[in-house]
Parts: sequence; structure tokens; C-alpha cells
Amino acid sequence: MASKKHSRFIDWVNGDTAEKVHEYKFIQKTVPPHSEQAHDEVISTRKARLFNISYEISAVLVCVILVAVLLFTVFNLPLFGSAGNPASNEVAERYLEKGLEETGAVNAVAGMILDYRAFDTFGESSVLFIAVGCVMILLMRDKNNISATEDSLEENERLIEIETNDPILQKIVLLIVPCIFLFGIYVILNGHLSPGGGFSGGAIMGAGLILFAVSFGIDAMQSFFSIKTFKAITTTALMCYATLKAYSFFMGANGLETGIPLGTPGAILSSGLILVLDICVGLIVACTMYGFYSLFARGDI
Amino acid sequence: MPIQVIFEFLLIISLIICAVFALTSKRLLAAVVIYMAYSLVMTVIWVLLQSPDLAITEAAVGAGVTGILFAVTLKKIHALKGTKDE
Repeated sequence: MASKKHSRFIDWVNGDTAEKVHEYKFIQKTVPPHSEQAHDEVISTRKARLFNISYEISAVLVCVILVAVLLFTVFNLPLFGSAGNPASNEVAERYLEKGLEETGAVNAVAGMILDYRAFDTFGESSVLFIAVGCVMILLMRDKNNISATEDSLEENERLIEIETNDPILQKIVLLIVPCIFLFGIYVILNGHLSPGGGFSGGAIMGAGLILFAVSFGIDAMQSFFSIKTFKAITTTALMCYATLKAYSFFMGANGLETGIPLGTPGAILSSGLILVLDICVGLIVACTMYGFYSLFARGDI
Repeated sequence: MPIQVIFEFLLIISLIICAVFALTSKRLLAAVVIYMAYSLVMTVIWVLLQSPDLAITEAAVGAGVTGILFAVTLKKIHALKGTKDE
């Protein structure tokens, strides 16, 4: 009895619910078995065997050379913790000592990544943007690249999703999702005062969006977050970041006056541009996380 | 030995166990779940190393979003049991 229960649990974990019979017809594809004989003939020729042996030998050689080069580099690195290391030069000291008066951010990490090294963070946001663009190119469903069979399969899956809505899950998600969003917004807005910031807050909000989409389905999600919203939010946030930071680098380099007030350290409206940049990064990350999930799962946003 | 050192040793040992089992697990979904457990242990270690910024990000990305993306991909490529074309 116990073992049967156990195997049923494993089946459930694997997503195998054989008892439930859906009335929708699945269109099944049958793949013809590979013809192994032809494959064997190719392998058994002498040239191919020679190629295989030389391939293995060269693979081992490349691995050994790579390991040797990496080990040589590791042994030539400076010792951990010695005073002459690049990691312990005057830059880190200056960040810690003058960071508060120069950036106005109580959280030194936020001051570093969104003021001193803001172009780094801009690059990271652009990487996320380009990544979601590439996923769109590869996985987005379009009239041109989808056949009628695949289309009807997707439609079947959507109907099953609607049929199998779980009321317990939906009630609990309705309780949890506002808390997740509140925490995400708090982490973003408080990024210059406490641990957190744009990236972590955006990831939390993106996880909340994914949770909502999983439990309520695509139709409820698209009532407030369609592909148009996605495009508008990501491009606007990225352009806003670029414009603001270009202004402050162009006008405020080498201690020039930028005209952006730093405010009193510790207040919520302080530290100049960091709050706005945090919001931009948070919006980009939240949209990107949800976009990844949505494109992976359905090929659509 | 102070209790915090013992706790850190426990965390690191469980981290190594999670890493090894995520690689050697035969079932892909189990490997994804073990990887999420690895991320949770890593979150606690980041807090102990006094970098709460990284801890928040690790908890949201490593234990949340990455696991979901892995699971969705496994379903998409029909690697989960019960989603095969037979």
C-alpha cells in the first residue's frame, strides 16, 4: 500500500495524471524509427574510424592544454589579501569614505552601482533587453512560422488550462500577489537606503507577475499586461535611464554642478538620480522576467 | 566550537551535497528542484557573509524565476513524464 502511494506521488511530481481524460482530441505525431543500418555502414568505414580516433585524441589534447593554461594563470595570480592587490587600492577606500557625500545614498552598494558605475548597470539592463529580444526572435509565434496543427495544439492547451482552473490556488494567489508586489516596490523605492535596489526588486515583481499568470491564465494577464504594455515599458525605461545618465555624465563629470539636488541622506527623496534609475532598472527587470516566462511557455506575451 | 561555526559548516556541507545531487540526478525535474534548494542555501550563506543585496537577488532569481524557466523548458521539450507524444 505504501509503495503504491509512493509511486502515485512520484507520478504526480512528474506531472502524470493518467486518471483524468480530457474530451479534447490531441493531434499526435508519429516519428518514424531511425534506420540504424545505414548509420552503422557509415560508422564502419575505415575513414570514419580514423576520424573518430583522431577526434578523441585531439579533444583530450585540447582539454589538457586548456587545464595547463588555466592552472598556470591561477598560480601567477597575486596572493589573497596582500596589500598590493588591485582589489585593495584607493578606489574602494574612496567609495566607502566619500560615497555618502558624493552620491547621497546611505546604501553604499546602491551609490556604487547606480552613480559611480552607472554605465555598468546601463550595460546590464541593455543585456537583459537584448536577451528578451533574442528570445522573441526565436520563440515568438507568428502567422508565418506556425502551422495549423501547432495552432490547434496551442488552442487545446489553452482550453485545458481554462478548464483546470484551481479555486484554492486562485484564492491564495489573490492574497499573496499584492504582498509580493508591495515588497518589490518597497525594495525598489528604498534601494538607496536599505539593501536591495532595482534588480532585486524587479526580480521580485517579475516573480509575482509569473505567479499571477500561472494561476489565472493568459486571458486575465492580457487584460492589463499585453505585448504593447511590455514594449512601451521596457523601451521607455531604457531610454529614460540612458537620457538621465548621459545628462549627468556630460554635465556633471569631474565634480561640475549638475543642478540635481542630493537631498538629506536618509530621506526617501534623496541621493539625486539614484531613485529614478532604480525605478527604471526595476521596471526593465520585472518586464524581462515575465517576458522570458511568457515566451518560453506560450511563445507570446 | 561556537554554534554559528557549526551552522556555517552544516550549510556548506548541504550546499556541496545539493550541487553534487543536482548534477547526478537522473530525473530532470528533481534536478531542477535540487538546484532551487541549492539557491536557498546560498541565500542564507549570503546573509551570513553580510551581503543582503545579493541574498535578496539570489532568493528571487535563483530560487524563483530560474526554477520556473527550467520547468517550463522541460515541459516544452517534452522531457517531463506525461508530456511526451506517444
